[in-house]
Amino acid sequence: MALLEVKNLGISFGGLRAVDDFNLTIEQGELYGLIGPNGAGKTTIFNLLTGVYKPTDGYIMLDGENITGKKTIEINRHGVARTFQNIRLFNELTVLDNVKAGLHNHHPYSTLTGILRLPKYYRVEKEMNERAMELLKVFGLEQEADYKASNLPYGQQRKLEIARALATDPKLLLLDEPAAGMNPNETQELMKTIRFVRDEFHMTILLIEHDMKLVSGICERLTVLNFGQVLAEGETTEVLNDPKVIAAYLGE
Amino acid sequence: MSKKMKVRNLSKTTKSNLITYGMVIVAYIIVEIFLRAGMVSSLIEGLLVPLCVYVILAVSLNLTVGISGELSLGHAGFMCVGAFAGATFSKCLENVITFGILRFTLAIIVGTLCAALFGILVGIPVLRLKGDYLAIVTLAFGEIIKNVVNVIYLGRDSRGFHISIKDTISLGLEDDGEVIIKGAQGITGTPNDSTFLWGIILILITLFIVINLINSRTGRAIMSIRDNRIAAESIGISVTKYKLLAFSVSAALAGTAGVLYAHNLATLTALPKNFGYNMSITILVFVVLGGIGNIRGSVIAAVVLTLLPELLRALNDYRMLIYAVILIATMIFTSSPGGQAIQERIKLFFERRKTKEA
Repeated sequence: MALLEVKNLGISFGGLRAVDDFNLTIEQGELYGLIGPNGAGKTTIFNLLTGVYKPTDGYIMLDGENITGKKTIEINRHGVARTFQNIRLFNELTVLDNVKAGLHNHHPYSTLTGILRLPKYYRVEKEMNERAMELLKVFGLEQEADYKASNLPYGQQRKLEIARALATDPKLLLLDEPAAGMNPNETQELMKTIRFVRDEFHMTILLIEHDMKLVSGICERLTVLNFGQVLAEGETTEVLNDPKVIAAYLGE
Repeated sequence: MSKKMKVRNLSKTTKSNLITYGMVIVAYIIVEIFLRAGMVSSLIEGLLVPLCVYVILAVSLNLTVGISGELSLGHAGFMCVGAFAGATFSKCLENVITFGILRFTLAIIVGTLCAALFGILVGIPVLRLKGDYLAIVTLAFGEIIKNVVNVIYLGRDSRGFHISIKDTISLGLEDDGEVIIKGAQGITGTPNDSTFLWGIILILITLFIVINLINSRTGRAIMSIRDNRIAAESIGISVTKYKLLAFSVSAALAGTAGVLYAHNLATLTALPKNFGYNMSITILVFVVLGGIGNIRGSVIAAVVLTLLPELLRALNDYRMLIYAVILIATMIFTSSPGGQAIQERIKLFFERRKTKEA
């Protein structure tokens, strides 16, 4: 059974049909790319998958459970985590606290326990610190744990966002333009990191990207979106050589 | 290496918090010594309990404004709820519980819980709004609470409690009856239980609650919502729950301050001066000047800004003059090219120092 199955998904904003009849099947452990020109509806699809928007039609199945139209926090608890096109970190919190916020639902204790500093508080906080440091180490951010998140350089902010998403222990990770604003070296490093995350955490990853080097380098399958509709889908090399895709998006 | 850094950082926050507690305790000891030595004017002595009230209000409002990031202008309203609930409780049980400490403790609990309840009731609709809109609606709620309290008549006789919003006669009390809340005339004869020591104890409890709340899982959730609501939702943090929690804890602590305030007065009335818009703004000024999100700053600002006008009373005639000069100087300093150049230089100086330290 596929990890993510999207059938006939569509959404209209008034008279505008932003996404129409969108189908997508992603297998467990796959690295899947979603590409297309600006305004094609890629981020809208992410917002539909994470419950920011409610679809007007169609359904979304995650690991056999119907998550269509659920709230964002419920969908996260079902196992979907994401990053954002324009980085959304908790800027005033430390790097460590950003990741610990991601661990919120996995290491719970009550507010009263926190205020009264009961033994459970110290135990769970210690667990959280250890887990968060583990995750930061994966992204090479352990030295920056005490920095304010907004003080990190751009590339590291992107990584921190991924670390925070992973802290929620998702089944499916959605990356919205992870390489945006990165230089070629940083992109190379990011590709390694994404592959590492997939192998190390056995993660299923769906990503939106404009950087074709990254897409052709790590994605196994692709879907190309144009004007809210699927233009092509399949193996990466096949799709990228598809004349329709070249005409609509890649250019000669 | 990184672990060492973390441990040092942890102790740094703990150290900073201990300094805050220590500051309050030291201040208490010093004032107490001066009081014993008879070196405090009656004017300042009368100011000690209100000072504690302001500190608690400032710290609690900082939870809403600084930590939760919501501009609330109705904080005095919650203080009003706490004051009247606590005073009513004390007045009713004045002859039942003669042991002052117990009665006052219970009054504090009652006042705090009532304010918390109002915090939740007001918070549910209000927290759907953002920014300026939230500020306007909290302002309105604060005024509504004050005005409603102003028309309540509450009496008690052998048949139980009577409530009216018209006048004392419509309460229909028996001969043995007693009016507790007399509308705009408020509550008279609340037992005078508030002392400076109580104030200090309540400040310490407030600090304990707020500081521990901030440095816990709950505080992290509240601050993550403040920093980025959409991202907080995306990692499974319930925005409504934590916003409401911060708001109602803040309201509850304002209620505590209200109880302390009420038991320091012979007559408790809901005036614009003490529970109105002006009071809310005064508390907000403490928070802003002390530094938004900075708890120790709130304590210091509340103390300094309450004492300063009293200590500088001798300069009263020149107040408007000094005010105008400061205003003009500020404008010149912030907007003229020369002033900006000086600012830049100061900024550079501090940045250089910071990098050196790091």
